[in-house]
Amino acid sequence: MTYSYYPGCTLKTKAKDLDRYARASAAALGIELRELPDWQCCGGVYPMAKDEIATKLSSVRALIAARDAGTDLVTMCSACHNVLKQVNHDMAADENVAAKAANYMKLDEPYRGETKVIHFLELLRDEVGFDELKKRVVKPLTGVKIAPYYGCLLLRPGRVMGFDDPENPVVIENFIRALGATPVIWAMRNECCGGYATLEKKEIAEKKATAVADNALANGAQLMITACPLCLYNLTKNAQSGLPVKYFTELLAEALGVKEDA
Amino acid sequence: MENTNLKERILEISGVNPRKCMKCGKCSATCPNYDEMEYHPHQFVDMVEKGNIEPLMASESLWTCLSCFACVERCPRSVEPAKLIEAVRLAVIRAQGGNHLKPQDIPDKLDDELPQQAIVSAFRKYSK
Ligand code: SF4
Ligand code: SF4
Repeated sequence: MTYSYYPGCTLKTKAKDLDRYARASAAALGIELRELPDWQCCGGVYPMAKDEIATKLSSVRALIAARDAGTDLVTMCSACHNVLKQVNHDMAADENVAAKAANYMKLDEPYRGETKVIHFLELLRDEVGFDELKKRVVKPLTGVKIAPYYGCLLLRPGRVMGFDDPENPVVIENFIRALGATPVIWAMRNECCGGYATLEKKEIAEKKATAVADNALANGAQLMITACPLCLYNLTKNAQSGLPVKYFTELLAEALGVKEDA
Repeated sequence: MENTNLKERILEISGVNPRKCMKCGKCSATCPNYDEMEYHPHQFVDMVEKGNIEPLMASESLWTCLSCFACVERCPRSVEPAKLIEAVRLAVIRAQGGNHLKPQDIPDKLDDELPQQAIVSAFRKYSK
C-alpha cells in the first residue's frame, strides 16, 4: 500500500511526535507513506470566502502532486486535513475557484478534485481495517481509559469531510478498542477547544480548553488523544485540568511495539 | 442603516444567502463562544440581510469566532453563518491599514511549545 503523504508545517517542528510515530507505525503495518517532495504549508485554517484563490493554491499544488503520482493523499494533522479536503471540494464543486486556480497556476491539465484525501485514521479504518490492526498489536493497552478527542476540524463540515457521523462519531473509539484500551464516551469530544484563540485572546482558549479537559476527566479519562497539534498545545498548556494529552500515533506506535524505534 | 453596496459585497464574498434563515437560533445556541461574542451568529445573518453591517465590522465578535464550523454543521437551513462572519472580517482586513494582527505583535506571544499552526492560522484569519 503506497500513499502520498502531506505532513504539514507543524509536524516538521513542534509536532514531530505526531509525524515520527505515524511513520514508524505505517512501516510496521506495511504502508508506504511517500512524503510529497515540494509541499507547502496549507495555512492552518480553511479560507471560506468564495473569492479567496491564492490562499488555496498551496493545497491545490499538493492535491495535483498526489494525482500525478497516482496515489491517494494521506494527511495526519486535523487542520491540514480539514483545509486540504475542503479545498479539494471547492476544486470539484466550484467552477469559479477551479478556473481561477487553473489560470493562476497555468495548469496544462485542469484539476477538478480527482485526488482522494484521507486522514491516517481513515486509512487505518478503511484500508488496514481495525480487526486487522488488532491482530498486529503486540502490546495491548489493556485497561487504559482513553478519551478520544475529535475537536472541530476532523469532522466538520460533515457533508464535505465525510469522515464519520459528525455528531456521533465512532472512528477514534474503535481505534482505541483495536489497541486494546477502553474508550471513554463523553459529551465534549466534538466541541471546539478554542485553540485558534490562543494568540488573540488567551483567556478564551484557557476557558474552553479547561471545560473540554474537565469533561473528559469527569467521565473517568486517564488520557486524551488527538490528531491536532493546536488542540494538544491548548489542552495541555492552556487548560488547567492536568489531564495528559497525546497524539493518537504515539499510542499506535506503542501498541505496535515500535515506539522505541521511532 | 442600510448599506446596499457593502451588503452585496459581503454576500458575494461569502456565497451565503441569508434569506434562507428561518430564525431558529440554533447556530447561536450551539456556538461554543457565545458568551464572548457581542453579536452572535444568528445576528450576523439577520444584520447582513438588513444591510446593517457597520456595527458588525466594528465588533470584537469578528476576532472571537473560533472558526469551529459548529454553526455551519448544525444550521437546519444550510445558511452557514461562519462564512458571513469571515466575509465581514475580510471586508475589514482587506482595507488599507486594516490588519488586525501585525508581525511585530508575535514575538511577545510566543512560547517554546506554541505550534506553527497557531501562527499561520492567526495570520490567515486576521491579516492580509
Ligand atoms: S464558527 Fe464561530 S460563530 Fe460558528 S459556532 Fe464556531 S465560534 Fe461560533
Ligand atoms: S441556525 Fe440557520 S436557520 Fe437557524 S437562525 Fe442560525 S442561520 Fe438561521
